[in-house]
Amino acid sequence: MSGLELLAWEAPGWGAALAAGLLKSVLIALGAFSLGLLIGIGGAYGKLYGGPVTRDLLAVYTTIVRAVPELILILILYFAFTSSINNLLLAWGFERIQISGFVAGIAVLGVVQGAYATEVLRGAILSVPAGQIEAARAMGMPPLMLAWRVTFPQMLAAAIPGLANLWLIATKDTALLAVVGYAELTLVTRQAASTTKAFFTFFMAAGLLYLCISILSTLIFGRIEAWARRGQVRQEGR
Amino acid sequence: MQGFWAPRRIVMAAIAAGIVVWCVLALNWTWLADPKYQGLILQGIWTTIWILVVTMVLGMLLAIPLGLAQAAGPWWLAMPAAGFCGLIRGTPLLLQLWLLYYGLGSLFPSIPWIRQSDLWPILRQAWPYAVLALSLSVAGYEGEVMRGAFKGVPHGQLEAAKAMGMPRFTIFRRIWLPQALRRVLPTLGGETVLQMKATPLVATITVIDIYAVSSRIRQDTFVVYEPLLLLAVVYMAIAGVIVLLFRWLENRVPQKTA
Repeated sequence: MSGLELLAWEAPGWGAALAAGLLKSVLIALGAFSLGLLIGIGGAYGKLYGGPVTRDLLAVYTTIVRAVPELILILILYFAFTSSINNLLLAWGFERIQISGFVAGIAVLGVVQGAYATEVLRGAILSVPAGQIEAARAMGMPPLMLAWRVTFPQMLAAAIPGLANLWLIATKDTALLAVVGYAELTLVTRQAASTTKAFFTFFMAAGLLYLCISILSTLIFGRIEAWARRGQVRQEGR
Repeated sequence: MQGFWAPRRIVMAAIAAGIVVWCVLALNWTWLADPKYQGLILQGIWTTIWILVVTMVLGMLLAIPLGLAQAAGPWWLAMPAAGFCGLIRGTPLLLQLWLLYYGLGSLFPSIPWIRQSDLWPILRQAWPYAVLALSLSVAGYEGEVMRGAFKGVPHGQLEAAKAMGMPRFTIFRRIWLPQALRRVLPTLGGETVLQMKATPLVATITVIDIYAVSSRIRQDTFVVYEPLLLLAVVYMAIAGVIVLLFRWLENRVPQKTA
């Protein structure tokens, strides 16, 4: 079979398998990015407004995650996460369960993303003029409403470029799950390539798919940033 | 640094020390005593470090023309350079690595003059592909950084040099490049740590770095966590050294802050 036939959708071709791998990659990236955002929001608020112990613990978390390769964190967390959940279940008298690679992948990449998101969002929250937050507090606005109405809308513009970067890192980090044997796009590609020996065809096709995700994401985040910056005075010469 | 050893820090340090002591006592470290593994670990750390250094240097050498082409080049140089950076930054490094290793690795043996050349014994090994893929990755990411750095050098300085009759290459060598490099120095430390974090991927194409060594120990001895913890400690130590090295480098470069 030649190049394009190998990529055909139907059984002898690998199109459907690649598409399934792509879908898994995107879903894991979405899940990990969302989890990372949640951790990041908590972490950023903890670092800015938390007590001294919270701040120190968060500093340890972000430092360790940013100094140790993702691959090793994935391995450690992958094993630690699945075995500790099983230990908990056994301790409570439940059956041991098989944790799907999908959930474990999201959890692990989410923890990694959370460390970076903490730093991005912390910087973004700091960019909101302090006077506004103080004014809202002085008016007796409850903290959640303050975050929702004053901090979030204004920090968004400053946070979007960093978050866009994080999202691109998330999509590319899903490839690392191939090393622990999860069949996302990169692993499926490698399986297809080593079965058919058409290495260039498959790796380039997969590269093209990743590139499409990244180009599409850049466009979408550009739109979101423009929306988040609406009403801001544009600076000269930018 | 005043007040670093506040009571809570002393408690936290005590807890951390407790965890370390527990790890040392309760976990299985007997494999560390095996001289075979000691040798492998040292070799693995050495491989990781030289791959990191070589790919950073090669990548930066490529990144300078890439950045220059995007910052000041004509469109027929700027476009391919921007395309290359986008390509590298838009696809996972693991995929690039596998494309080069499996793709070129399956292509080269079928070309007779490569098989007969003196380079063949080298090209049959895995490390040239690892070095190539990681260097190209550095070039892609740093090319983008260098573009910003070249653009950030005040234009008046270049015009002044031109007005003094300095040849173009001398302007580049004496004025443009040094100032651009000084600008990227703070970023470069972080990027080097990121590059260090990418090096364990080379283990997937059979280069024996410290990550591959730990996988081998895990397979040989059936010890699950301990080699991974050792790996994490080794990488954190390397990251610490990189950060200190760049801090020292930054302090050596005279910088006038307004």
